[in-house]
Amino acid sequence: MLEIKNLVAEIEGKRILDGLTLTVNDGETAAIMGPNGSGKSTLSYIIAGKEDYEILDGEILLDGENILEMEAFERAAAGVFLAFQYPLEIPGVATMTFLKAALNAQRRAREETELTTPEFMKAVQEAAARLEIPRDMLKRALNVGFSGGEKKRMEILQMALLQPRMCILDETDSGLDIDALRVVSEGVNALKSDKRAFLVITHYQRLLNYIVPDTVHVMANGRIMRSGGKELALELEASGYADYKAQEAA
Amino acid sequence: MAEVATLKTPAETALADLFARSKSLLPGDARSREDAFHRFAEKGLPHRRVEEWKYTDLRALMREVAPLAEKPSEADVARALSVESVFAAAAPATIAFVDGHLATADAMPAGVTAVPLAEALAEGHPLLAKLGAVTDAEGNAAYALNAAFMTDGVVLHVTGAVEGRVALRFVTACARPAATATRVLVVVEPDAAISLLETHESAHGVAHQPNSVVEFVVGDRAKVAHVRLDANGDKALALSTITAHLGAEVAFGTRNVVAGSAVSRHQVWMTFAGADSHGAVRGATMLSGDQHADTTLVVDHLATGCESRELFKHAIDGRGTGVFQGRINVAPAAQKTDGKMMSAAVLLSEEGTMMNKPELEIFADDVQCAHGATCGQLDDDLLFYLMARGLPRPEAEALLIESFLGEAVEEGLDDELVGEALMGIVEAWLKARG
Repeated sequence: MLEIKNLVAEIEGKRILDGLTLTVNDGETAAIMGPNGSGKSTLSYIIAGKEDYEILDGEILLDGENILEMEAFERAAAGVFLAFQYPLEIPGVATMTFLKAALNAQRRAREETELTTPEFMKAVQEAAARLEIPRDMLKRALNVGFSGGEKKRMEILQMALLQPRMCILDETDSGLDIDALRVVSEGVNALKSDKRAFLVITHYQRLLNYIVPDTVHVMANGRIMRSGGKELALELEASGYADYKAQEAA
Repeated sequence: MAEVATLKTPAETALADLFARSKSLLPGDARSREDAFHRFAEKGLPHRRVEEWKYTDLRALMREVAPLAEKPSEADVARALSVESVFAAAAPATIAFVDGHLATADAMPAGVTAVPLAEALAEGHPLLAKLGAVTDAEGNAAYALNAAFMTDGVVLHVTGAVEGRVALRFVTACARPAATATRVLVVVEPDAAISLLETHESAHGVAHQPNSVVEFVVGDRAKVAHVRLDANGDKALALSTITAHLGAEVAFGTRNVVAGSAVSRHQVWMTFAGADSHGAVRGATMLSGDQHADTTLVVDHLATGCESRELFKHAIDGRGTGVFQGRINVAPAAQKTDGKMMSAAVLLSEEGTMMNKPELEIFADDVQCAHGATCGQLDDDLLFYLMARGLPRPEAEALLIESFLGEAVEEGLDDELVGEALMGIVEAWLKARG
């Protein structure tokens, strides 16, 4: 599904990713853990197509195709979805208008027929019900005045509607209370399938109790320092990132 | 006339010649026209060294003076009005003007009567005494030229709460460049209410020079909702003035959407003469190519406890230039005034320009007044968020621009059909932008 090979990236002359290599297979849930500043969020932005970064080397293949040449909207249509750590508020853009525009733009890009309004409404309402999103939230401007938990639920609602192949969750647990964490995690778990992969970025092992990973990767200094199974997350929770920071310093 | 000797540019001389030729043919009292032209001629066409016209140098922009448009034939009228009005879906009772002359008029709804201006001028209609209620506008060049040349228009007398909407449609359709001077007087009696739509249209490629003035004299507790659309052609030089003289406990709103004209200058004078009134002035401007749009606003708070809200949004593409000059004056007696003025521009190209000049002049000590002006680009992070959801850049930009303008287009507009028609104009502009 996703293969990242020797990725090197900078922003304003500062190296953020330094030879990162990572593979996520179909149906796999991979977790990336690491200390602050290790480049985790940058990795998610680069996969999604943010233009602020200079890619100096390497490639990102989605189903064998290098997506680095694509614009963000083309990557979205190809199946990449980034659930933002801080979803943006867009005053004046009605949530439903946005959802429909996004869904139909992707369908057009894939040469599929656009959804009719009744089809669209049904899809949104079903997804919203599963995520315990009240209807009045859908009537408001996108993310405006939403609580942290509501914003994260809205991200997962978008994920459920857009049905991406490669889902990246950037610190989805930040700002969530325990109940919201459960609802969001259940929303994610309901989307798991053998044709979809997840890359879950988090500081803490807590999220991984809810979204159980198949693989765990430790990222520091702009690359993957260690990979293992889900038990690696527990080990990190006990020992912290000190060892990896030490390696960084060395 | 000695004052004419002070005129210097060929355009000013041409205006003087035009006035000399036309004044005896225009309806009504020639003396008041001469006074008005005199006020213009004393200073001539305003230029960049005149503070109020610093960013819209009319002397430089008006090199040629178009002759006054002639009265169109019936066939011309039929052709000009065959295009459906933007507000057709709102089904207003419409008075249409073609080439500055009254062309057709629907029956007016209960609570409002309409007298053609040419007729009112000729017969010396008593309501005409209310013209010029906002005296500060008198010396203004565009207003004075309109007063000198006004050819037709309408006097609307609103005596009750009017159901539905009334529309004034101005179409300049003649093939050669022509000047029009239209004047509308809206006298709203106490407790009366009206929703008034106003559209200005002209063909592309012809350098028409429409100059329109709409004056509102609003009685106590009356309600006025006014929406204006500039959909003039791409060569037009459009001057427009709104004056509003407000009584006590009035609810008044005027909104101007600019989607046309090569050069437009829209001036608003709003005077709070009675206590506890609410007045809102809003505007949305969409510019591309070499378009230039100026909004100049003077709000005078003379009475206590009034609230004024001014919101302007400008989307500027190409080499377009937007100008906003807004001044709120608060007189010593106008305690408890609450005034807020905002002008925000989004520049969509490297070559667009926005000039913002907000001013407050406050002589009362117990007031709340604020003004703000912003100028920026579309937010890259918002664009990325939308694109990461699959929207191609033009669609993502369009969504953000639409939401940006939407606030000024729809906020406080208690009329869904009119709102939809205006947002349709925004969408058409975004589509043309590509």
